[in-house]
Amino acid sequence: MAKLAEQTGPSPASDEGLRRLATAWASPRGFAGLSAVNHKVVGTRFIVTAFFFFLIGGIQALLIRLQLFVPENTLVGPDTFNELFTMHGTTMMFLFALPMVEGIGMYLLPLMVGTRDLPFPRLNAFGYFTYLFGGIILYSSFITGNVPDGGWFAYPPLTGPEFRPGLNLDYWLLGVTFVEISAVAGAIELVVVILKRRAPGMSINRMPVFAWSILVTGLTILISFPPLIIGSLMLEVERKLAFSFFSATGGGDPLLWQHLFWWFGHPDVYILFLPAVGLAATVVPVMARVPLAGYSLVVASIVGTGLLSFGVWIHHMFTTGIPLLASSFAGAASMLFAITSGIQVFALIATVWQGKVRWATPMLYMVGFLLIFVLGGITGIMLAAPAFDWQVHDTYFVVAHFHYVLIGGMLFPFLGALYFWFPKFTGRMLDERTGRLGFWLSFLGFNLTFLPQHWLGFEGMPRRVYTYPAGLGWELNNFLSSLGALMLATSILVIMFGIVRSLRTGRLVSANPWGADTLEWGADSPPAAYNFRSIPVVASLNPLWDPEGMDPGNHPEYQGPVVTDPVDANRREVVTTTLVDARPETIETLPGPSFAPLVMAIGLTLVLIAALYDLALVAVVGGLVALAAGINWMWPPPEYRQ
Amino acid sequence: MTPRILVRGAVIALGAAGTGLAGCARGPESSLAPHSPQAEVIAGLWWTMFWMGSATYGLVLLALLVAVVRSRKRRKPGTAPPTFLIWAGGVVLPAAVVGVLTVLSFIATREASPAGNPGRGALQIEVVGHKFWWEVRYPDEGIVTANEITIPAGRPVDLVMESADVIHSMWIPRLHGKVDMVPGRITRLQLQADEPGIYPGRCAEYCGTQHAGMAISVEALEPEAYQDWVDDRRSAVAPAAGVAVGQEVFMTTGCAECHAVEGTAARGTLGPDLTHLMSRRTLGAGRVPNNRGFLGGWVVDPQGIKPGNLMPPTALESQQLIDLLDYLETLE
Repeated sequence: MAKLAEQTGPSPASDEGLRRLATAWASPRGFAGLSAVNHKVVGTRFIVTAFFFFLIGGIQALLIRLQLFVPENTLVGPDTFNELFTMHGTTMMFLFALPMVEGIGMYLLPLMVGTRDLPFPRLNAFGYFTYLFGGIILYSSFITGNVPDGGWFAYPPLTGPEFRPGLNLDYWLLGVTFVEISAVAGAIELVVVILKRRAPGMSINRMPVFAWSILVTGLTILISFPPLIIGSLMLEVERKLAFSFFSATGGGDPLLWQHLFWWFGHPDVYILFLPAVGLAATVVPVMARVPLAGYSLVVASIVGTGLLSFGVWIHHMFTTGIPLLASSFAGAASMLFAITSGIQVFALIATVWQGKVRWATPMLYMVGFLLIFVLGGITGIMLAAPAFDWQVHDTYFVVAHFHYVLIGGMLFPFLGALYFWFPKFTGRMLDERTGRLGFWLSFLGFNLTFLPQHWLGFEGMPRRVYTYPAGLGWELNNFLSSLGALMLATSILVIMFGIVRSLRTGRLVSANPWGADTLEWGADSPPAAYNFRSIPVVASLNPLWDPEGMDPGNHPEYQGPVVTDPVDANRREVVTTTLVDARPETIETLPGPSFAPLVMAIGLTLVLIAALYDLALVAVVGGLVALAAGINWMWPPPEYRQ
Repeated sequence: MTPRILVRGAVIALGAAGTGLAGCARGPESSLAPHSPQAEVIAGLWWTMFWMGSATYGLVLLALLVAVVRSRKRRKPGTAPPTFLIWAGGVVLPAAVVGVLTVLSFIATREASPAGNPGRGALQIEVVGHKFWWEVRYPDEGIVTANEITIPAGRPVDLVMESADVIHSMWIPRLHGKVDMVPGRITRLQLQADEPGIYPGRCAEYCGTQHAGMAISVEALEPEAYQDWVDDRRSAVAPAAGVAVGQEVFMTTGCAECHAVEGTAARGTLGPDLTHLMSRRTLGAGRVPNNRGFLGGWVVDPQGIKPGNLMPPTALESQQLIDLLDYLETLE
């Protein structure tokens, strides 16, 4: 520490220091904004793009519900319906939920752990462009008339060359794989920023619980995504080059795909859920004005969830003829989530118990999360019993279950987080009146949509049917469910209206309007490009709450000398700290804005399009473009060339 | 803000749950109206889990309600977190519940095993899944039919299942859970209907355009009636008189390329065997009732009735259609 202090340049607390910091970290504007790499710029792009895809996926869901409003409806035909549910699932899982999780992590984590940017800013920008272009490729299938229709799970042989010729599944496989590259790149960013860029003094036991949840999420992504990427490539090779990994007629096995897919697919559920737990465990204590109850237990349960998530994929395959013993063990392992989730739920309840709660919109969503998620968790435990699963597997009972888990356990906490961090993102409060109205509409609309679906499952209605006959007792519950979907859609409109209005007219706020405890509330609202005028030094789990929680030099109002000034405020410098104790190690310089990530993503997109349409020349050109961009990306700037 | 949020939420959830469970008459494809020993076991497991789950949910709601009330009564936040609550509600409660449930699940899973118990004199029936219909073969009896499985009541029946194309899933909710039909593999599902009756079901694994239109039904007959049914199917089909013209239409306009009729030159295997066509209750795997009107419609425009099925339309003169229907109606 002393060594760092000796290297101090002009203090950033001075006007000159601040000016130099601002220059060094400024993001280009206008067209050049495409070269921006700042974590807040890229994170915001992820969040906004993901929300846009959420709206598209939501419209698809509405069309699905409208088609199922009444028996034998003819609003859409069977093929259109199959495309709709395929794209709804694909969009929500790959283009909305995960990019939203990573976008929020990218925006918040550097602030929360007290650094200035993510560790690999250009990789981050590259990840955004591969996500965007992957999404665009997937959706360009609507223009070229090749909309994927194999379900978001894409089980061969239905998706193989024999039974699904045409480019539909190629669009899906290549587009989704491109998006997954972005997911893996984002996970690397998040894991490294948490492990190596925490502010000095933020030892591992002082890490915010959101950082823990994202750390486990990131590691889970790194372990679970490669098998899906490999599986997708294998299926693509089977489609394009007549290999036979999954086709029984060529000696392959369709179940191999299911193992690969669910090895990714089940952890993916927790990849979406754990960050939400982290958000809830950050918001609820602030609203209750007490530290999180049972911090260590919650951290242990988060780590436990990540580990367990790799042992249960078989429970998606109970009906495939898998031996009973394997089924029973996978089921028993799945039931253990009752304990990890139980700890998380009761830690939040205990926090409310101890605290004096402010009932603002973020808190409403967190309670909504508990009410809905616990119900979805309980039906999840039921589904872990193989015998019961044989009956309700692939029925609307399962549809209801995972919407309780994913909307209750991911969307609701994220909406709560939106209302909570909106003042930090924009400098303005989000409107409370539309917030409350939106909450009640979404809570009631959600339950009206998905509660009746449990009974549809018991009454024998399978998933993915484009219509159903009258007389099976399915009419009423389908009708209610579709009404609920309209209500849920209305709630999203109300929330969007509130956001748009608040962006212009919301009440202006100071740095810490909620009186929160984590470091991001010590930065300006919205944060400056460099986040903090000086890197904070942390001495507590709740640094902004404890009088000794931060080195006094880092109090927002503090104007005196600070110990961790950057060596050279003209460069983008960050402090690297040790893994466990967060002792300062070195000062590293981060790369600045560059068009190379964008150009590289464009080059690779060309390769992808070439793969779709067998254009060898385009592939070569695209590859060369990507290679050139890569060289430019890595080329050291002049000051490093001596 | 008040604990009203909790009360309202709970009232909504439990109210709807109660109405849904109690108020609904069970439909013909309800897994909660079991008619077999296995479906009985599974429904029993569900009701046990329902009460355990409801009690657990109730306890969580209660803890949350108490927490909110306490929080509202406070002037300022408490000093120590109630860690006991996390241990009691988050560890002990779920551990107890899933501990019991794991044992119950193991037992139910064994008792209702889809592979059944061998050596109980089970009848063997082979079922092959096709896009989008079911081929049903009785190897010992030499009977081939489609989309309807006839079984003797009270006797275990082993369905030996495979798929001709993509993955399908056999599901007769009142008799048992579902088992997938996976290409390249053989899966088994043992059914046993307690009493005579018709038990409808459908394909449960997404299999393409007409996944929704892939229904099946099991008809359980008294043992004697079943024997009569077998004898009837095994006796040679006597060529009916006066339909030679219709049969000629059948043989020359393409029908015979995909369909088989026992005792004729029609040996196609792409579509269902039509030897006993008119004894089936429906056409197009449950899509429409089987009568002369729908049969004519099906022959001329199968894509209008079940879009995406693999049967092409047949262009016929009106007299040809009449002759063909006359012939088909003799296939009983």
